[in-house]
Amino acid sequence: MSLVDKTAAQLQEMIHTKETTIAELTEKAFDRIEALEPKVDAFLALNKDRATQQAKEMDGVPFAERGPLFGLPIGVKDNIVTEGLETTASSRILEGFNPIYNATVVEKLKEAGMVTVGKLNMDEFAMGSSNENSYYKKTKNPWNLETVPGGSSGGSAAAVAAGEVPFTLGSDTGGSIRQPAAFCGVVGMKPTYGRVSRFGLIAYASSLDQIGPITRTVKDNALLLNAISGHDDKDSTSANVEVPDFAAALTGDITGLRIGVPKEYFAEGVGEAAKQAVHDALKVLEERGAICEEISLPHSKYALATYYLLASSEASSNLSRFDGIRYGYRTEKAGNLLEFYMNTRSEGFGDEVKRRIMLGTYALSSGYYDAYYKKAQKVRTLIKKDFDDAFEKYDVIIGPTTPTPAFKIGEIIDDPLTMYANDILTIPVNLAGVPAISIPCGFENGLPLGLQIIGKYFDEETVYRVADVFEQATDFHKKTPQTWEGAAQ
Amino acid sequence: MAKMTKEEVIEVAHLARLAITDEEAEHFADQLEAITNAMELLNELDTENVEPTTHVLQMVNVLREDKSIPGLDRDLVLKNVKEHEGGQVKVPTILE
Repeated sequence: MSLVDKTAAQLQEMIHTKETTIAELTEKAFDRIEALEPKVDAFLALNKDRATQQAKEMDGVPFAERGPLFGLPIGVKDNIVTEGLETTASSRILEGFNPIYNATVVEKLKEAGMVTVGKLNMDEFAMGSSNENSYYKKTKNPWNLETVPGGSSGGSAAAVAAGEVPFTLGSDTGGSIRQPAAFCGVVGMKPTYGRVSRFGLIAYASSLDQIGPITRTVKDNALLLNAISGHDDKDSTSANVEVPDFAAALTGDITGLRIGVPKEYFAEGVGEAAKQAVHDALKVLEERGAICEEISLPHSKYALATYYLLASSEASSNLSRFDGIRYGYRTEKAGNLLEFYMNTRSEGFGDEVKRRIMLGTYALSSGYYDAYYKKAQKVRTLIKKDFDDAFEKYDVIIGPTTPTPAFKIGEIIDDPLTMYANDILTIPVNLAGVPAISIPCGFENGLPLGLQIIGKYFDEETVYRVADVFEQATDFHKKTPQTWEGAAQ
Repeated sequence: MAKMTKEEVIEVAHLARLAITDEEAEHFADQLEAITNAMELLNELDTENVEPTTHVLQMVNVLREDKSIPGLDRDLVLKNVKEHEGGQVKVPTILE
């Protein structure tokens, strides 16, 4: 029995026809994780005992009471708190932290009957584009184990790509779902800001952070977004809007759909292969009735600087809560309280986190606030307006997810600015708050490339519809990486 | 653009409650200078009459009824505290 190449619908069919059980499915997921982890290193804590017990009990639930994701295994990014399951955000400062409640999305996974198998590696506090900033391990890209899986949700994307688990949750502040999804050849959705509750998501930059699903197919992605969306009293920024059935939006019809193709997303620095793959994808969509036109998002080049100022400022404030007092790592050497704070934080945080905390502290400090922080907030308004203007005429905006495919581990880790440039095509979306998906659309030297489809506020339905049409017309999502073979099925 | 000095980095690190060595401060000074220089790009734009965006959705204050609800159990809250005694968190001496 194989679970790794099956969709949610196929797995449910196998359960219904008694070809397998939820208990067996869960066991197989752990077998595969254990077989592949020495190579991929995607998981941190595993939830084996509880998941095994839960799965057995779930096999007794009548079919009539089960939804489309009932009994299916899922992995959760390690910045989403899980009651009784170690949650570290891949930071030393949270080593051994055992949450006493579940994030709202984790409660929703439970309601949907999903089985949480474990926590997934990431860049520390979601700061990074390669997973090299994890305190615990470096996740490898299943397509080429010498390359990075992307970040910060690198573990979440790699686990799906390797077939360790068919569903994961990630979080996206500047591209942290879409960039690793592109690098690992899987489907990753950053929903509209406010669509999914952030309660229980360890905050990096609160005005940008959003949780979203990573899967192998568009349909499964839509099903998982159905399960986690919705207003939450515990998150005052969660939007009180109706949640449509995203899976029902996959009608296969994009006749007359207007696609804007921003010329800035094909500028210097974007690789030829990525450009070509997107142009080929646009042809596929045109053949199915869509109308493509070149547009301009004139403030795109300012997005990177705007993002790093705003995100770092918010991070410097958010991460001030890690002081060693109530939870997490505590220094051994401190003569007084000030030393206690300073040593705890210096020993507990990695370099990239310190860099961003310092950048943010600097941008917010007296004398620099107007020049940096407030200036960036104003430019954010202009970037948002670019999208507002474009969406008056177009239904979606399409471009590459990343300028290049995955790079080698260690290649750019010492060069923060080059690393930041990875997110140049994903960051504007977070600043505007609109939804966007990355789906596989090609390869360069055996490494996947991603197609980014950006939608209007709260119009994930159209994004999914377009993504699904492309997926049905191509077979990129059926290709599997080198880690696929040779492990327990 | 202004040069980021080692002294400035030490000052910022102190504000952020991070202990750093002289050597680290020099390393971070170079990197932060490169990063802040790249941020100068924003000065190309005239934003005189642009309103700042703090939040992308049109939202007003979110209020709830002023009604008390039970908090978390104290023993549970103390679960992740490294040192505690009599239901209280232990910290280093702050007053001599």
